[in-house]
Amino acid sequence: MKLMLRVAPGIVRKPLIASVILETGALINIERASIDAVSGEIVLDVSDDKCKQVKDAFERRGVDVVLLEIPVMRNEEECVHCGACIAICPTGTFRFDDWKVVTDPGKCIQCGACVTACPHRALQLVLR
Amino acid sequence: MEAKKSLSEINERIRDGSVRVVTAEEMPSIVEELGPDGAVREVDVVTTGTFGAMCSSGVFLNLGHSDPPIKISRAWLNQVEAYGGVAAVDLFLGATQPSEDRGIEYGGAHVIEDLVSGRAVDVMGEGVGTDCYPRMEIETTLHLEDLNQALMVNPRNAYQRYNAATNSSDRTLHTYMGTLLPHFGNVHYSGAGVLNPISNDPGFEYIGTGVRIFLGGAQGYIVGPGTQHSPGTGFATLMVSGDLKRMSSEFLRAATFTKYGPTLYVGVGVPIPILNERLALSTAVRDSDITVPVVDYGVQRRDRPVLKSTSYAELRSGFVEINGKEVPTASLSSFHMARMVAGTLKKWIERGEFLLTEQAEPLSKSGVSRPMKQTKELPYVGDVMNRDVVTVGENISVPEAARVIVGSRFDHLPVVSDDGKLMGIITTWDISKAVANGNISRVSEIMTRRVYTATPDEPIELAARTMDIHSISALPVVDKDNRVIGMITSNDLSRLFAGRRSI
Ligand code: SF4
Ligand code: SF4
Repeated sequence: MKLMLRVAPGIVRKPLIASVILETGALINIERASIDAVSGEIVLDVSDDKCKQVKDAFERRGVDVVLLEIPVMRNEEECVHCGACIAICPTGTFRFDDWKVVTDPGKCIQCGACVTACPHRALQLVLR
Repeated sequence: MEAKKSLSEINERIRDGSVRVVTAEEMPSIVEELGPDGAVREVDVVTTGTFGAMCSSGVFLNLGHSDPPIKISRAWLNQVEAYGGVAAVDLFLGATQPSEDRGIEYGGAHVIEDLVSGRAVDVMGEGVGTDCYPRMEIETTLHLEDLNQALMVNPRNAYQRYNAATNSSDRTLHTYMGTLLPHFGNVHYSGAGVLNPISNDPGFEYIGTGVRIFLGGAQGYIVGPGTQHSPGTGFATLMVSGDLKRMSSEFLRAATFTKYGPTLYVGVGVPIPILNERLALSTAVRDSDITVPVVDYGVQRRDRPVLKSTSYAELRSGFVEINGKEVPTASLSSFHMARMVAGTLKKWIERGEFLLTEQAEPLSKSGVSRPMKQTKELPYVGDVMNRDVVTVGENISVPEAARVIVGSRFDHLPVVSDDGKLMGIITTWDISKAVANGNISRVSEIMTRRVYTATPDEPIELAARTMDIHSISALPVVDKDNRVIGMITSNDLSRLFAGRRSI
């Protein structure tokens, strides 16, 4: 399950992830992180059974945590099933199934590459 | 005796409902099983289809006369300029024209889709003012049904096949072949392969002027060969026309390629009657028979390098091998929609709603797609670069580099290895910063290692664009061994362009 952390300015410099790993013992994969001087946005992948525990641990530290259930949404009306989103995605979220494009939302890390690559503007990142 | 039949026999079967139609996807196995003669007896019509970005598309619109009348010289539909230099109230709206208020996210293609979807379009026109057309300005809102005529006339659609694109350079490119990732990160292709109309009749045995086709969800016609029609190299094209009022937004879809512009996805399908064994054989074409060059869009010249030849079968497998690496492929045109085109055309014929027409003339077997004749060439980097460039070795100290910069005319100092190869670059700014921070060590510690360069044989526009994209003011010019042979600065370029303008 993927979690998106929105880290406020005051706590961005603290060893947040390390302390949550130590506390929960969860194996956390950092899939995307954009952190600058004032704030940060981090996408983590955590096994389903530890997800709740990890989410709580971050929230106790003042981090805004969002569960990314459907990270990228496709407008079925606009999509023509060209496939321009397939090779561009670093995580293999899209593939052809009998020449129609299908999505595996669990793989998306919300990098946004597919959104600009879709000629029909059929894709949108949720919560961004 | 060769098996054959006539077009009127086939039309007779369409009328009486006994016609046998298959799509071009089904034909290869039928021919394999029954042989070409058996296939001629078994199949009457093969339907083809393609659905992809077709930039060279547009519509002629007749607005009807206003009172007092106006001779429109310039016109905008939803802020997209249409060409007004036809007759008083005839306009041509091209699919790739961007809007003046929303830029490339909305363009001619989007206006066409709006019209077909029944949405209102705001029209603005400027007149020239004559005795017969006194009015100077017009503003109105029109629906498709308010127009007298809306004729789609697409100068170049339905390429026989199309180059596959990749990118050797180290930055992401945004092209009409979509987003191309650096270092051969992906390969994009277009075209329906086995379903492609012209690939199923490359000898133009049936395809020709006057042939009735599927266009944008309605019945249209082949006008003749399209622009850049080049059958000799396997890149034949069609010029097609049809009535926009009968088309549907399912088969005409506006799109925008990021940082490239608007374009129209058009569905085109051609029925191919199986009149003889030659047509049975040509419609038995498979994806593996249609070869396509993989072209490097990382080289921004007209003659882009071809890396290899591939086929639709390999492209559609999801990977193409380039330099020993498996590169993921993706399509820009929709095979799913191409199937819908071929399937819809098949249904129309089976229902007796679509009769086949005789060609008035076959498509030309020759055609030219020559490069542009340029009578006024801008010079090459090698013509304008400074050859007396000063370089420094990696191991000199920052104060030494400062002395060299002071003594030279450049703000940029390329840093080279012992054998003269470019290793990095330092600027007066890097040196001032190093001195201010009290860091007066080696040049190699403060230089920028990622250096953008130019080559002497590239046109200066490309060097200007490199500087522009990366916001830098000078480029070392290197030979093919990456040795510095000159320097080109934005000052050199602006002097050159300014000099040209004042002529
Ligand atoms: S790129 Fe866009 S239109 Fe094409 S398949 Fe993907 S979501 Fe659909
Ligand atoms: S945002 Fe798009 S490209 Fe990026 S990971 Fe998600 S699906 Fe893939």
